[in-house]
Amino acid sequence: MSDPRDKAPNSPIVSRRALLTGLTASAATLLAACDKLGNDERFRKALFSAENMHKWLQRSLQDREALAHEFRADQRSPHFRGNGTLNPGTDAYKALWRGKFADWRLRVDGLVARPLSVSLAQLHAMPQRVQTTRHDCVEGWSAIGTWRGVPLRTVLDAAGLHTNARYLVFHCLDEMGQGPGQGYYESIDLVDAFHPQTILAFALNEQPLEVRNGAPLRLRVERHLGYKHAKYLSRIEAVADLAHIRGGKGGFWEDVAGYEWYAGI
Amino acid sequence: MASDKNAPTSLVKRHRLSTRLWHWTNALCLYVLFTSGLGIFNAHPRLYWGHYGANFDKPWLELSRFGARWTLPGHYDLAFSRHWHLAFALLFAFALLAYMLWSLVNRHIARDLAFRKGELKPAHVWHDIKAHARLRFPTGEAALRYNVLQKASYIGVIFVALPLIILTGLTMSPGMDAAWPWLVDLFGGRQSARSIHFITAWALVAFFLVHILMVVLAGPVNELRSMITGWYRLPPERREPEREA
Repeated sequence: MSDPRDKAPNSPIVSRRALLTGLTASAATLLAACDKLGNDERFRKALFSAENMHKWLQRSLQDREALAHEFRADQRSPHFRGNGTLNPGTDAYKALWRGKFADWRLRVDGLVARPLSVSLAQLHAMPQRVQTTRHDCVEGWSAIGTWRGVPLRTVLDAAGLHTNARYLVFHCLDEMGQGPGQGYYESIDLVDAFHPQTILAFALNEQPLEVRNGAPLRLRVERHLGYKHAKYLSRIEAVADLAHIRGGKGGFWEDVAGYEWYAGI
Repeated sequence: MASDKNAPTSLVKRHRLSTRLWHWTNALCLYVLFTSGLGIFNAHPRLYWGHYGANFDKPWLELSRFGARWTLPGHYDLAFSRHWHLAFALLFAFALLAYMLWSLVNRHIARDLAFRKGELKPAHVWHDIKAHARLRFPTGEAALRYNVLQKASYIGVIFVALPLIILTGLTMSPGMDAAWPWLVDLFGGRQSARSIHFITAWALVAFFLVHILMVVLAGPVNELRSMITGWYRLPPERREPEREA
């Protein structure tokens, strides 16, 4: 009883070992080739341009005012972890914290008609929005919490944005070990700045923000990943473009590690 | 898919250009997406069910990081893994969409993939399972058609696994969740979607391994040629009577 395949000229039987060795070797070769390709400047540029495609696709599919899902209070995470800087730890920040942030001010300047300097008490006196939303870290984890704060739109309207303002830059008190003025910052465009869920939050789960979550004030920009939600805010600067701000890519991690500026995915 | 029945070992056109292009695009995409995906997974190698899940919550699976041999790039770099993953995800998703539409138009789905009358009868399926288990692959004209197990696995991959991995990937995007709120409802939460994404990725690896094994057993040179050039050498008809028929 002979197997007909024995006679077939182009049906060599490959041993299991040869097959596995072959697969492993080709995987290693491919990986090395991809790594090499990843060091090529033109290829990196092409690869990184996918961000623009995602931004364009999402903005096309998304209603400008489309809301992130809001949860019930009983759907919250039992514990809302902190990430990144858990305490700015500078002398200046410690002094502010000891004074319960009474001496802290949020400056709003750049391309605005009326530069502002707002205290925490003044923010508390403004119209507020409360939202229970899911926070998605770029690392993959999610946590649900209730945020209370002032819509960014309210503050921007009070400051009066110039017509040539295109981006809002958020400067933070955490220096990331880089020295004063070199620490964390982020930026968003006007679509996100005027979104109804974009708020300057001073409370999480109806408690004043803890230091690990960004006390005294942090940004919530709900259609983006966590690193866009700048903590420890000190200044909001309206600008026409981002090229001249720090490393030019619109955020600390964008400049330092190559993260996408558009963090909707 | 016509052939000359009289030629002893006739070369026949087996795969269309669209199928061949899509096949190799997929091979590249799935390789890049899997390795860069493991690089992203390494940033938080824990999986949860439901809407939320972080370090203080209970994971259903917790792994240590995949080693440098598994990931793209070959060291821990979340930002760069994401660039690879999100760029090739676009290519992969739109290639699938184009292939589905084109296969509807050129009737590839109706002609080659859809089950025929009687094919799903238990006796027929059982016969195919037995033939596969004995590695008795179809010969002659029958080798040109997909058998019922092949159809089931290709339909499962094209219409279930691949859309599933794309949709669960989109569900992890906070921007897409705002645009299409049904995504989160469909999978019962972002962390559930992340878990299903991970499981489906490994299911596709399993498919890949079986696929490669079948190609090797069925004659790798002939199979590779037919997927590169489209031309396939028909295995000659068996002369002995099929005992199990």
